[in-house]
Amino acid sequence: MLAMSKYETVIGLEIHAQLLTESKIFCGCSTKFGAKPNTNICPVCTGQPGVLPVLNKKVVLLAIKTAITLNCKVEPRSVFARKNYFYPDLPKDYQISQYELPLATGGYLEIEVEGNKKRIGITRIHLEEDAGKLVHQGAERIMGSEASLVDYNRTGVPLMEIVSEPDIRSPQEAKAFMETLQHLLQFIKVCDAKMEEGSLRCDANISLRPKGQAKFGTKTEVKNMNSFRGVQQALETEQKRQAELLDSGGKVIQETRYFDDQTKQTKSMRSKEEAHDYRYFPEPDLVPVEPSQEWIEEIRKTIGELPEHKKNKYEQDYGLPPADIEVLLSSPALAAFFEESLKLYDKPKVLANWLMGDISAYLNEHKKGIEELNFQPAKLVEMLQLIDKGTISGKIAKTVLVEVLDSGKSVQDVIKEKGLTQVSDAGELLKIIKEVIKSNPAQVEQYRSGKKAVIGFLVGQVMKASKGRANPKLANELLAKELGS
Amino acid sequence: MTMQHKTAHELHSLLSAKKLSSLELTEAVLSRIDRTEPKVQAYVTLTKESAIKQAKAADERLKNNDNVTPLTGVPVAVKDNMCTQGVLTTCSSKILANYLPPYDATVVEKLRAAGAVIIGKTNLDEFAMGSSTENSGLHPTCNPWDTKKVPGGSSGGSAAAVAADECILALGSDTGGSIRQPAAFCGVVGLKPTYGRVSRFGLVAFASSLDQIGPLTKDVRDAALLLNYLAGHDPKDSTSVDYPVPDYQQALINDVKKMRIGYIKELLGKGVTRPVRSAVEKAMKKYQELGAELIELSLPSFEYAVATYYLIAPAEASSNLARYDGVKFGRRSNRSPDLLTMYYNTRAEGFGSEVKRRIMLGTYALSAGYYDAYYLKALKVRTLIKNDFDRAFSKCDVLLSPTAPTTAFGLGEKTADPLSMYLSDIATIPVNLAGLPAISVPCGLDKGLPIGLQLIGRAFAEETILRAAYAYEQNTDWHKQKPKL
Repeated sequence: MLAMSKYETVIGLEIHAQLLTESKIFCGCSTKFGAKPNTNICPVCTGQPGVLPVLNKKVVLLAIKTAITLNCKVEPRSVFARKNYFYPDLPKDYQISQYELPLATGGYLEIEVEGNKKRIGITRIHLEEDAGKLVHQGAERIMGSEASLVDYNRTGVPLMEIVSEPDIRSPQEAKAFMETLQHLLQFIKVCDAKMEEGSLRCDANISLRPKGQAKFGTKTEVKNMNSFRGVQQALETEQKRQAELLDSGGKVIQETRYFDDQTKQTKSMRSKEEAHDYRYFPEPDLVPVEPSQEWIEEIRKTIGELPEHKKNKYEQDYGLPPADIEVLLSSPALAAFFEESLKLYDKPKVLANWLMGDISAYLNEHKKGIEELNFQPAKLVEMLQLIDKGTISGKIAKTVLVEVLDSGKSVQDVIKEKGLTQVSDAGELLKIIKEVIKSNPAQVEQYRSGKKAVIGFLVGQVMKASKGRANPKLANELLAKELGS
Repeated sequence: MTMQHKTAHELHSLLSAKKLSSLELTEAVLSRIDRTEPKVQAYVTLTKESAIKQAKAADERLKNNDNVTPLTGVPVAVKDNMCTQGVLTTCSSKILANYLPPYDATVVEKLRAAGAVIIGKTNLDEFAMGSSTENSGLHPTCNPWDTKKVPGGSSGGSAAAVAADECILALGSDTGGSIRQPAAFCGVVGLKPTYGRVSRFGLVAFASSLDQIGPLTKDVRDAALLLNYLAGHDPKDSTSVDYPVPDYQQALINDVKKMRIGYIKELLGKGVTRPVRSAVEKAMKKYQELGAELIELSLPSFEYAVATYYLIAPAEASSNLARYDGVKFGRRSNRSPDLLTMYYNTRAEGFGSEVKRRIMLGTYALSAGYYDAYYLKALKVRTLIKNDFDRAFSKCDVLLSPTAPTTAFGLGEKTADPLSMYLSDIATIPVNLAGLPAISVPCGLDKGLPIGLQLIGRAFAEETILRAAYAYEQNTDWHKQKPKL
């Protein structure tokens, strides 16, 4: 990477996010993934002669939500346009998109790389429809295949394109941008944002320029990056390729390059000369999108607090360490659970420990979100209060928790059914203690000869004999008393 | 007078009074078709069997007085660019010669709901591109007044069918005059509603921002009556306007006293034949006698209307017609080794030369580097034309002009000269560019060929032009003239 030190890398990203709607952007068909081919289709999304698109309002709502979150200006008037090109996965042979007048413009996203915060500008956000899916027989691509089949289930699934300013200066920043964006989109529930599944996709424009030069170098567009790692790898590869080319006196050609996930190389797809002329023009079948200020404000209210604000609050007001915050903010549901619990139980660190410890472990093991369980903040708090009162021990609580999570039953019911209440009855404990003293004469002897530390072992035996139910503090006191006599 | 010569409102009285059954009427129309269709060739598809079924169902409705409308049991012809579920919808194009739509156009749905009997699908210039119906990819249609003459176009089949009594009512579509000009050539009434008044859902698009469906009928009352069942907002068409639909029959008042009628200076000058001019001037005199106020008005931007239209309409068409690519429906060339060749061959074989000409014009006008000079400029002129209309309507209630500058021309006379063909729409095109309503009514005969009078109204002022047309009709006999077939 020696060559790199001479150059500054400039990257801009174009992100496609699939919006979480029940139905498609211009018709009533389901957006459900994984249905049998060509079952979620209708005359509109297969482009039958005479059909007309009708805009799904939810799509606009979700895009506005994103625009607000990314600090963009929601345009009072945006216009759909037709992007014309022939391809079998595009039933109308044009894609309805937005071109000159997008839904939102001029925002930013704050990212953090190695402790340094940085704002990346957002140029625009616009809406468009997805294309269908081609399956080729006898070849990888349409050229050379014996036959190609097309599945129009995905045709018309709503996409939101987010375009960043060329503010990104390294592949690492690009990766951080995508991760932060993913987190945000998931947090405001507009997109499930899984790069591997294609619900979040990204293309990158990348160029190099000598350090200190204001003018941008010639860029290439890199496609087919299907994971966060892929984004970083593809851009590192392309960055290196360009640097080596420039160092050897060559010139970067403006072109589209395809990242091969197997070889980790980028290869040329088409040059600028071969680029399509999409013949954009305003879509005459749709009216302009003109969201009212009132509606935008209404949407703003539904967004709630963003992760960035929460992060500060958790740090400063609750004194949580960064690792805890990261886990709590990893899902909006978990953060909400934490905050609800906090209203009932004012020990943030204790709550955080349970949520990021046993509860997260359980969720990971069962591949579930906390919102999918019959488990409410009140249940967790009830359990913690029982620990505080000494009704159950912390250790027992772990068993109780799993049972509560499994069965959805109340904490009290589980404790009662399993007979897990803590033994704090002195008479009952004394019986156990006497047994322990009887069966461990050697240790008792050691204690009495002055080796006081051995009491820990004896308390442990009491706990074991009581199946963990003994109140440890009381056991300790009573044991000391017994041994002393 | 035989029953198929009558108007829908006359027939409705007979049907309601049980003096006539829909079956008798439908059979009369079908036998008329058997006699005259070999000469006229107005239809591309006849739906005899389903028409008989619909007639019987209508008779049941009439018998039980169950939801009877003025259309119940009345035979209607539908232009073959409106989708009819399970019935061929060809747009008179080879590329759609085998196309069976999976759905009904909204207007067809409305006709069915009203109990109309759909008798068949009528011929048109391929994809409604033309002014003589000679561009039909299937066969030409002849003018019932003189079978060596064209019926006009593109709704030539519908106009000829009405004139030849091969139906009682017909639907046409009008993009640049395609209802009004054939109505004028065939001596019938043709109404183009305000853009957005009638749903376009299921109308195979030619130029989306200009297309509008409307009635072709034997008199003004029938036009009002049919419009009652076509007009209204359709959630499936975002450009259809949610504006109250009046009972258009209420507008039919034989009184134009004090009505301000502006005649368009530019459309009574050169380019308009003497007999047409003289017939229109007589109509103006008639209005004066009836107490209307005649005002001379100038609309200078009209000079550019045809040029503007031939940029906007082909631009939209080039995109609208992209979907006929052989992939999903319609014709597919089966002698193609790969995708690109399949596209080329399918479209080369499937489209006629006028359609190809317009696709090329439109593709060119939208291309990078030409967009601003052509398409964008055309949009600006379109605004100027609208402004001219606005100014004119500040001084008058109705604008008057000939519908076409000539009477029907000979078959084959203009096919070699597209520009002179385009000029036959000089009086009708500006109206589409401004999205206004206009009606053509018969106002004379020259050498046995009908002449049409065009009355233009403000947006959504169909009532005003219907009233003006009705008053004229009540005081003249032109609409009672019939071709001798």
